[in-house]
This record gives sequence, structure tokens and C-alpha cells, in this order.
Amino acid sequence: MFKFVFLWTDITVWALAVFCLVYGAAVARSPGLATSWRRVFRDAPAMCSALVIALCMLLTLADSVHYRGRLESAAGATAGSVQYEVQAHSLLDLALSDLIDSRETSYSRPLDYVGLRMDTVSVNGRLVRMAPRLKHGGASLSDPEHQWVSDLVSRGFSGLMLGLVLAVVVALGLFALLARARRAGLVETAASVWRNEGEIPWRAALWTLVVIATLVGTTISLAGGYHVFGTDTTGNDVLYQALKSIRTAFVIGSLSTVATLPLAVVLGIMAGYFRGWIDEVIQYFYTVLSSVPNILLIAACVLMVQVFLDKHPDMFETGVERADVKLFLLCAVLGLTGWAGLCRLLRAETLKLRELDYVQAANAFGVGSSRIMVRHIFPNVAHLMLIVTVLDFSSLILYEAVLSYVGVGVDPSMNSFGGMINLARKEMSLDPVVWWSFAAAFGFMVTLVLAVNLFADGVRDAFDPRARAFRPRLAITRKPAAQK
Amino acid sequence: MFSYLVRRFLYGALILLGVNLLTFFLFFTINTPDDMARLNIGGKHITQDLIDRWKVERGYDKPLYVNDAKKGGERYTDTIFWERSVSLFELRFGRADSESAGDIGPEVARRMWVSVQLALPLFVLQVIASTAFALLLVMFRHTRLDFWGVVACVLMLSISSLFYIIVGQFLFSRLLRVAPISGYVPGWDVVKFLVLPIVLSLVSRLGTEARLYRAMFLEEIGKDYVRTARAKGLTETAVLFRHVLRNALLPIVTSAGSYLPYVFLGSLVFESFFGLPGLGAYVIDAITKQDFAVVRTMVFVGSLLYIATFVLIDVAYTWVDPRVRLG
Repeated sequence: MFKFVFLWTDITVWALAVFCLVYGAAVARSPGLATSWRRVFRDAPAMCSALVIALCMLLTLADSVHYRGRLESAAGATAGSVQYEVQAHSLLDLALSDLIDSRETSYSRPLDYVGLRMDTVSVNGRLVRMAPRLKHGGASLSDPEHQWVSDLVSRGFSGLMLGLVLAVVVALGLFALLARARRAGLVETAASVWRNEGEIPWRAALWTLVVIATLVGTTISLAGGYHVFGTDTTGNDVLYQALKSIRTAFVIGSLSTVATLPLAVVLGIMAGYFRGWIDEVIQYFYTVLSSVPNILLIAACVLMVQVFLDKHPDMFETGVERADVKLFLLCAVLGLTGWAGLCRLLRAETLKLRELDYVQAANAFGVGSSRIMVRHIFPNVAHLMLIVTVLDFSSLILYEAVLSYVGVGVDPSMNSFGGMINLARKEMSLDPVVWWSFAAAFGFMVTLVLAVNLFADGVRDAFDPRARAFRPRLAITRKPAAQK
Repeated sequence: MFSYLVRRFLYGALILLGVNLLTFFLFFTINTPDDMARLNIGGKHITQDLIDRWKVERGYDKPLYVNDAKKGGERYTDTIFWERSVSLFELRFGRADSESAGDIGPEVARRMWVSVQLALPLFVLQVIASTAFALLLVMFRHTRLDFWGVVACVLMLSISSLFYIIVGQFLFSRLLRVAPISGYVPGWDVVKFLVLPIVLSLVSRLGTEARLYRAMFLEEIGKDYVRTARAKGLTETAVLFRHVLRNALLPIVTSAGSYLPYVFLGSLVFESFFGLPGLGAYVIDAITKQDFAVVRTMVFVGSLLYIATFVLIDVAYTWVDPRVRLG
């Protein structure tokens, strides 16, 4: 009925997800890593943001399965030949197909039932200037002026209830699991979570869950009858754009940081371990790279990528594929231009490590250089890699917006926060002000970046003991777990 | 010190050579001058004649690295690579690629002045504001002020600078009408155009900087000399301002110094949002017009400034901390 389209970023996103699972399994087996990660989740902000990130990750994964539906074979087509749709869609598109199909003609306010602009409509044979009714927003209302508020309230309320029920179900499931693990009664466990006892801040996590569930529930319920965040200039639903932008942000954040790793790790460890001329050459390389102002280097590389893509227009079957290759190459460019910082850090750390006894011992036993680097140095600098990766993640999401504004970001046809902000710039100067695209981009982006930042801080504090001293602490901190 | 500076400058020249090779590879090898010509001329009917003329006008009508038609040294000197590299090192930037734009050199000099007008006050105020805020947090460490201050920092650094600009322009220029939305005039009147971008840029970077400086101060506060100073009976203010601030100056100089190239290069986003004709806006124009000569020049100028900055930072170390000896 359809054929899958394997986009470059899809494959890498899924590969990353699989890697995360494998890594998770490895963490569970290794006591040292498990302790550090447990320390991450002991931090309430990190725990709560992990939930937000997980939700975004689910959206990203759903948006990373692309397919092209099969067309009804046209008359005259030779039998056996199969035609597919011109556009590739993702699973997320399928789930949100209501929002895609409900395209209006132009701007409309959030949750409104009429468009923003006045239009000349004929009512009973007379031409009247009025704001036209929307196709989707409040379409079910027969007498919108009176029904609108009550419809909003009832939809909102049912969504709220749906979310709460969902949250309660998940909470009960969590209590049951915890009760089994602790070998305690269900009620007892729930009470202990409520009193915020124990190592992991389950209470904060549950509150986050309740907030997320009610927000999602309400939004889903309202989106059934309205454009929750309004529509943009061509009538597209803003909520849909914001949800699609999450994938772009996630792909840029994750792929770019991952792309820095091979060069940074291999060269950094080599420079630190071998020293001498190898070190000099590698230092020269990264000094050259880092001495070009970052944004100029990226702009130069992306311009070249654009020329290359313009030269080969026939390489891609669909617009989505083309935009995707551009995104993939943008991540590669960000990775290839951004490895200098991590490389410098790893080199310095390796210089320290190679003098330590265990490396010297391995050397004395006649272990080869490459084996020492892989078995003895790498595991001991891996935490730096992790910290830098998560710290860079959020700045790259922010960077994407700037790059898109400058004109070297993602393809204009691809939804991204940068693109939304770019359009919002003009919309904010219209009269009446079109603020909802901007507000939606702001809300989603800040939530995502804040979550990633808080999570990154948690990871850094857990893996780098020195950083813990800089945590702001109140004189009276949270009561420690009840001591028995 | 002198021999150190000479060595640094020689290494800097070596780095610049590398940058030049890198940019040349990027701009001429990945895509040939023919591709650039085709893109730059645009339109559907591009004849080889047009391309050749475009190349001759800009001096791109030579082989890239090796000219087999010539003999001796000219085999290597009569090439695009040689000519472009030499002219860059002599700071002759030549003409821009696009049809209407003129010579790059005078344009860069003129626009750099505009960028400096925006970025120099910003640079100074940024260091002062971030240090002051961080000191405030450190002074009240382990209190609610510190806690919520850091929370505010994290929140502020999670917001894209574009949001600050758009909201700021909307609020102050459109609703309150206290500052013009954008524009530029030569002379002292420019101040009224600069206030808003400076304030917004200040706020947009305050979160990142203040949090970083706070960590630096806290690192110093844990050291023995601070304990000694307290044991002598100095007040907390004296300890902070006379001892901690001075010693934390070294990392602050490094961190603030890395912004120094941008004092001359300007900010791409802020200049284009506020209509200031600086170097940042120049780069954006070049990118939208796909003017490769300008982008290439700016990459070179950028790294030149960057290398100069790092020599300056090293010199500043000796001034901030007399224990540091360059040698």
C-alpha cells in the first residue's frame, strides 16, 4: 500500500535511539556508570526534564518514519506500474493528518472560529464585509457567538479529565512497580512517594507527568475542533508546525554533537597519548579550525553545500528528501567545524592520564598503544565526552534559529523554530499583531532548551564532582531521606 | 617577552596560511569557478561565453593550483590560488563577486567602524554587568537570592537571542516608542539607534556570562588565601573585592577576550535586525547574494582578528597577573 522512504536523518536518528538502548543496557550492567546515572536522576530538575525530553524524543522518532502512500493507478497507466505520492509523509503526519487537512486560507487567532482578516462575503444575496468562518476552527458550531465559550470550556474540561485519568493510571503503574521493587504495600509506597522520601524524586516526576498529561490532553481535545495556536499566513496550523519543529531541533542537536565525536575523540586521545609531532600537527589543525569565527566558517561550508545541491537537482525524488539531505549536511558541517573544543579538552585529559600508574603498567606489560588508548584511556575520558555532548545539545538548538535567520540554516520548506521566528519577525509588525506563531515557537523552544539545559546540568554534576560545588544551594535544603 | 611575541606572530602567520588553504579548498575546489559563475549569473540561458566573461572580470580565468601552460616559477604563481593568497596577505581584497557591489577593502574598513560603535560599548558594559551580577550572587551565596539568581540565569540562557530582539523591538519601539526600531546615522546622533541593541544584547548574554563568572568566583573562594584573608579579620566585602575579584580576573579575561574579535566583526543578527550597516550585516548580505568573494574575505579577516586577540589576551595576562611570565 505504501513504500518506506529512508531519509538520511531518519536512519541516523533511529541508529542513535538504538545506541541509547544499548548504552542503557551497558549502564545497567556496570555498577560505576549506574551509580553516576542514578545520581543524575536524584536531581529533581534533571528528572523532570528527562520526562520532557523523552516526550520530545518520542515525537522525533514518530516523525522519523517516512513513507509515500500509493496512488490509485491512473487511467491509461500500464498495468503493474505503481505510482506513489509525490510527497513523503511521516508517522507523525499520519497522526496529525486532521491538522494538515484543516488548512485555512489565512491567519486566524488561536482557538478562534473566524479568520483574522475581513473579507467580502455574500449573505442572503447581499455583500457584507466580515471575518469569514474558518473551515476547521469551530466548524461544528451552528451559532458560534453563543456556543463558542461553552464549547471551549467543555472541550477543555474533557481534555483535562482525560489527561488526569491518564496521569493517574501511569502513577498507579509506577506505584505498583515501586512497591514490587521495595517489597512494600501499594498504599505504603504511595504515601512514601508523597512524602518525597527515597533517593529518586518520584514526587517531582509525578507532578511533571500530571502537568504534561493535562496539557497534552487539553491540547488534543481542543485541536479536534479548533486551531489551538491559530494559523499562519498561508492558513497552516501553527501547532503542527511547532510539533514538526521539535524533530528538526532534536536532529540538529543530536546529530551535530555526535558528528563532532569521532574526530574529537580520536584526534584528542592521539594527540595526548603520542605527544611529539603528532600532537603538534593535531594542535595545528584545531587551532586553524577554531581561529575562524564559527558562524563564518559554517556559512562558508553551508554555501558550498547549497551550490553542490543546486548542481545536482536530480539526485532526490521528493522535496522532503532534498530538505533532509540539506539538514543532514548541515549537521555534518556543524560537527566538522565544532570538534576543536572537545578535542582540546580530551588532549589535556589524556596528557594527564598517560602518566598514571595503570597506563604505565599496561605499557610495561607490552600492551600496544592502540589497545591502551581504547581499553585504558578512552573509558576514563568518556565522561568528559558525555558532559560536553549534553552541554552542546541546547546551544546547537539555539544556534539553529540564528543560522536559519542568517540564511544558512535548514531548508525553508522544512519546519523549524528558526523558520517560525523568521516569519514571526514580519508578523509582529503587522496590524493587528500576529503574535501566536511567535508565542508558540517561544513556548516550545524555551521548554525544550530549558529541559535540555537542566538535564545537562544534572549530568555534569553527576559525572564531574568538581562542578557540584557550583550548584546554588539554599541554607536549608530539602530534608534528607528519612533515616531509619 | 619580545621573543615570545615574535614566535606567537610567526605561529599566527602559519595558522593564517592554514586558514587560507582551508578557505581556498572550500571555495574553489569543492565547487569550481564555473559553478560559482553559473549560480551568480542566474537565469536559464547561461552560455559558456557569459561564464568566461564573468571569470575574466573577476580574475578567475586561470588554473586553480598548477598552471601547465607556464614554465618555471610561473607554473605555480600564475594561478588563482597564488594570486588570491598573496592578495589576501597583502590585505588587498579585490572586488566582490556580485555585479553591483564594488571593492571589498574600503567597504570592510567603513563598515568595521560601524560595528565597533555598537560592539565596543557593548563589550565593556557586558564585562561590567556580568561581573557585577555574578559578584552579587556570590556575595549572597547559599541564600534565596543566589538560588533564584541562578534559576533566572538558566532561564535567560535558554531563550534565543532572537526572542529578546523581537520582543524588545515590539515593546520599546512599537508600544512604548522610546527608541527607533532600526536605522543608522553617522555622527553622535547614532546613540539613539544604538541604545536598544546594546541593552538587548546585554540582556541576552547576561545569563550565560554571569553563571560562568559566578562559577569562577566560587572556585576562587574555596582557596586557601581566602581563608587566610578571612582569618585576618577582613570583612566579606574586602575579601570579595580585593582578593577574589582580582584573582578571578584571569579566567574572566580569557572568557571575555574571546568576544574581542566580534567587537570588530560585529554581530550578524543584531546588526541586521537593527539596520546597522556594519560587518555583520555585510556578511548576511553576502550570504543572501551568494557573494563568495566577500564571505572568503570575511573568513580571513575574522581569523586575523582572532589570532591577534589571542596574542593580546596573553599580553593581558602578564598585566593582570604579574606571576605570569611569557617566555
